[in-house]
Amino acid sequence: MREGEGLAALWVYLSADPLAALAATLLAWLAGVRVHAAARGNPIVNPVLVAVLLVVAVLLVAGIPYADYFAGAQFVHFLLGPATVALALPLYRHWSLVRGSAVSILVSLAVGSAFAVASAAALGAAFGAPLAVIASLAPKSVTTPVAMGVAEEIGGLPGLTAAIVILSGIVGASLGTLTLNLARVRDWRARGLAMGTAAHGIGTARALAVNETAGAFSGLAMGLNALATALALPLLWRLFASG
Amino acid sequence: MIGAFAILLCCQLAGEVVVRAAGLPLPGPVLGMLLLFVILLLRGGEPPAALAAVADGLLRNLGLLFIPAGVGVIVHIGLLAEAIVPVALAVSIGTLAAIAVTGRVMQALLGSRGGAGR
Repeated sequence: MREGEGLAALWVYLSADPLAALAATLLAWLAGVRVHAAARGNPIVNPVLVAVLLVVAVLLVAGIPYADYFAGAQFVHFLLGPATVALALPLYRHWSLVRGSAVSILVSLAVGSAFAVASAAALGAAFGAPLAVIASLAPKSVTTPVAMGVAEEIGGLPGLTAAIVILSGIVGASLGTLTLNLARVRDWRARGLAMGTAAHGIGTARALAVNETAGAFSGLAMGLNALATALALPLLWRLFASG
Repeated sequence: MIGAFAILLCCQLAGEVVVRAAGLPLPGPVLGMLLLFVILLLRGGEPPAALAAVADGLLRNLGLLFIPAGVGVIVHIGLLAEAIVPVALAVSIGTLAAIAVTGRVMQALLGSRGGAGR
């Protein structure tokens, strides 16, 4: 069975090399962008969601473990760092707007950050989640590395938190536009700040795609909420847990 | 282009080093963003064209960069399923309510002093 051997050798090569995982990730993203455009930019058809579902389907059908996929896709994942640094540019371009509304930003951020934590913890508790799951839900609106660190500190499960954070971002990015329209929030600064506070980087990706002012405020809110949650949540948690 | 990318990486690196050395509760890239922002502010004027091109290129495809982590949700599907009701409600209603509340508060505060830009 020479053919079979050849295929097996090809499979060994493809699963050991980052090439296939990278190509699949890029193709899934292009497909996600196409589908999003074909749905006339409907935010519910979020390109990240479409791409993730496509890759998941391929992995499940081909029986490829996530760790093998990530060994290749980590090169795309790595770019999240420099992309976060790059958020300095929209922030700089809109600095006069940001500086002009600094007090409003800080107050809204504090309210939004506290609300995101309290609502997640309250819903979790009300519907019978164990304490470790509640602790994993509490930091769900902040960017993944911070959320995982905070969750671990307060007795949550970092891996579960990462999944919850990503899902929250996708929900925010795909349904945030509708929510903001229903709430009649029309100011781009307020829309961006809301997305970045509640839906971190995935919400920011959506905000940037819609309006650069919203993107600048969203990126700023993401950074500020990471700081606020990392500082305040462990302290408040201990207060509640002991009281 | 390589120079611009090097700037982004160096800001991130500086951010990571400071965060670890000082034990700050922040991701290194967020501090890197602040660092680059301060540099641009001190420099003044338009950001360098090459840096703007690389930064805008990355940010136009920001969604792409979340795909590997997003696919990772399948690893935790069992844990998610165990607490599906509270998790689903917190993730959906909690997140959307937080968006509505934050947006309303910000718009009200901006409106009370007359805001620009719809």
